[in-house]
Amino acid sequence: MSNKTQGGRATILGWIRGSLDRGELSAEQRAAIDSRLANPRRNLIPARAQVDHAAQVELFLEYLGAANGTFTRVAAEADAPKALSEYLSSQNLPQRVAMAPDAWLQGLPWEKGAPLLERRAGPARPEDQVGVTGALAGIAETGTLMLVSGPDSPSTLTMLPETHVVVLRASQIIGAMEDGWDALRKREGQGKMPRTAIFITGPSRTGDIEMHMYLGAHGPRRLHVIFIDES
Amino acid sequence: MQPTSANFIANARDAIADDNLQLAIARVGENFGAKRQQAVDKLPEFDALCGRAVEIKDDVLAHLDYYLEVYERAVTASGGHVHWCATVEEACETVLRLCRSVDAKTVTKGKSMIGEEMEINPYLERHGIEPIETDLGEYIIQLAGEPPSHIIAPAVHKTKEQVTDLFHEHHRKFGKTERLTEGEDLVAEARELLRGKYLAADVGITGANFLIAETGSSIIVTNEGNGDLTQMLPKMHIVLASLEKVVPTLEDAATLLRLLARSASGQEMSSYTTLSTGPRRADDPDGPGEYHVVLLDNGRSELLGGEFQDILRCIRCGACYNHCPVYTSVGGHAYGWVYGGPMGAVLTPALIGLAEARHLPSATPFCGRCEEVCPMQIPLPKMMRHWREQSFQRRLTPGRERLAVALWAWFARRPALYHLGARFAIGWLFRRARGRGHMRKVPFMRGWTLTRDLPAPEGGTFQQQWRRRKRA
Ligand code: SF4
Repeated sequence: MSNKTQGGRATILGWIRGSLDRGELSAEQRAAIDSRLANPRRNLIPARAQVDHAAQVELFLEYLGAANGTFTRVAAEADAPKALSEYLSSQNLPQRVAMAPDAWLQGLPWEKGAPLLERRAGPARPEDQVGVTGALAGIAETGTLMLVSGPDSPSTLTMLPETHVVVLRASQIIGAMEDGWDALRKREGQGKMPRTAIFITGPSRTGDIEMHMYLGAHGPRRLHVIFIDES
Repeated sequence: MQPTSANFIANARDAIADDNLQLAIARVGENFGAKRQQAVDKLPEFDALCGRAVEIKDDVLAHLDYYLEVYERAVTASGGHVHWCATVEEACETVLRLCRSVDAKTVTKGKSMIGEEMEINPYLERHGIEPIETDLGEYIIQLAGEPPSHIIAPAVHKTKEQVTDLFHEHHRKFGKTERLTEGEDLVAEARELLRGKYLAADVGITGANFLIAETGSSIIVTNEGNGDLTQMLPKMHIVLASLEKVVPTLEDAATLLRLLARSASGQEMSSYTTLSTGPRRADDPDGPGEYHVVLLDNGRSELLGGEFQDILRCIRCGACYNHCPVYTSVGGHAYGWVYGGPMGAVLTPALIGLAEARHLPSATPFCGRCEEVCPMQIPLPKMMRHWREQSFQRRLTPGRERLAVALWAWFARRPALYHLGARFAIGWLFRRARGRGHMRKVPFMRGWTLTRDLPAPEGGTFQQQWRRRKRA
């Protein structure tokens, strides 16, 4: 296969250069592009994302709601388990969840706050009705959750169960997607990415039948955030 | 798909006579059009972002060879593979080889326009592999055996009743015999049946909205989440992408993403924007074991450096479709190939040949709406004009039209004769209307008068009126 691919590459690159009426780029031109890629610069960031943190929090929740997401706001980490349990009851969902094997999430006082809740840690299985995860960040500009895959964060939890609950702290709210890239580069190193980085804005939806919007097309029908104000 | 663009005029006539279709495409203009405007109004920086986006893409196109080489290095570094394919044949063969390498029986598919260009579904079927479209719209038209009619709403031409019939007919074999008429229930049934398909598939194929040179990532943007399930559950994830999809950095992708959903559907962001980089890592609990990018040229490299280069900036948002008086009258199928609307009218002749597609760039009133709403500021009307000129020069325009233009040119170069002719014609048309102000039939103009009357000219030629007003 590689021979053909090699041939394909040389042919296509040759065509591109031919159309652009030049040969390969000079060493200086290549170096200029390398440096642009090694030092990524932000383009324009909308003003509405560049407000103080308290305003970003409000903006995040406002846009989350506008995208059909819901949230419960609690004062402290210790309140999160009860909030989850109550949310499940309010939606007539069983007290049984698949939860990301994330140390912080698993370390919340579940037994105390939600004694009836059954938790299984690990990726989602087809029969799971509720997936609970953390997130890398919440983006104020559009009410978007940013999640990345990894050993403590299976990507199936975000997509397979009908209900996705995200436990998020106020300190995780950032202004724009670009702040998310910075956080990710700090974690992974420049130019490196986890297998999946997903930006979630509201639950799954489709407009494919007469342009009417129905929620829960393939991914979750409900997206709920348990929002912890204390950082 | 076998192009039928050459039949554009007949296709369009059928489309205008189809009441269901007319209802459906009226919805496109109203719905997407209004929502786009609201979203743009809510973002004061929208125009400035468009300007920056154009610079980003122009830089990429001017240095496309190098950006692609860098991109490939990044994909390889993250454990993935890039397969360079000059033609759709090579791309199809590559996909088949990859599928066979994991002994695939079924593949699930997220929406991919490159897949449509490749006609990958019939190709895989011919080779004993079952492809299953998972985007609800694509799934509906796959059942119906039709191509997409809109770039982001592929089944928009289907009524709910037609979906009911399709599901009733095709889901019986899965034990679903009830005839569902509520949208809610139809969505739920498709969801349930496709669940099984995702879990059983050996390979998941998606498209890509962007490729990122910095990290070797591919991005898909969906509302349903079908693209995510398609790529995370099977053993192998194959991405179909054309080469102009590459952008330099994550920041550049962020800028383009701010324009995409707003221009497409008027959403701030689509529900899911997903970056995929390489296969699952050694300690990842889920995800595909292999990651391959099939990078297709299919004639695009030829457009660089010429009068059509700017069309390669296109991010496939569909805004030009939604605002085009031609698209919103005839729908997508009339264009006879994968792409429709003004973007299709420019791109299709480049990809399948002007001889086949020469009607498409002529189907425009040159109102300029497409260029106004295009976030990538692509001069679509100007490009359609280029195609028309080429069509004339290459003698693809039929004799009668050429004769008419030649005759007009001959007169236009002789002003005195031209004025005399114009005065004569106006007088003749005026008398023909016999004071009714309009006429039903005019010789040589049957095509025009068949569906409407021709208003009678009044008050002399343009030059006569001009002189009169200057004197006054
Ligand atoms: S040509 Fe412009 S408006 Fe049309 S699909 Fe492409 S980017 Fe969107």
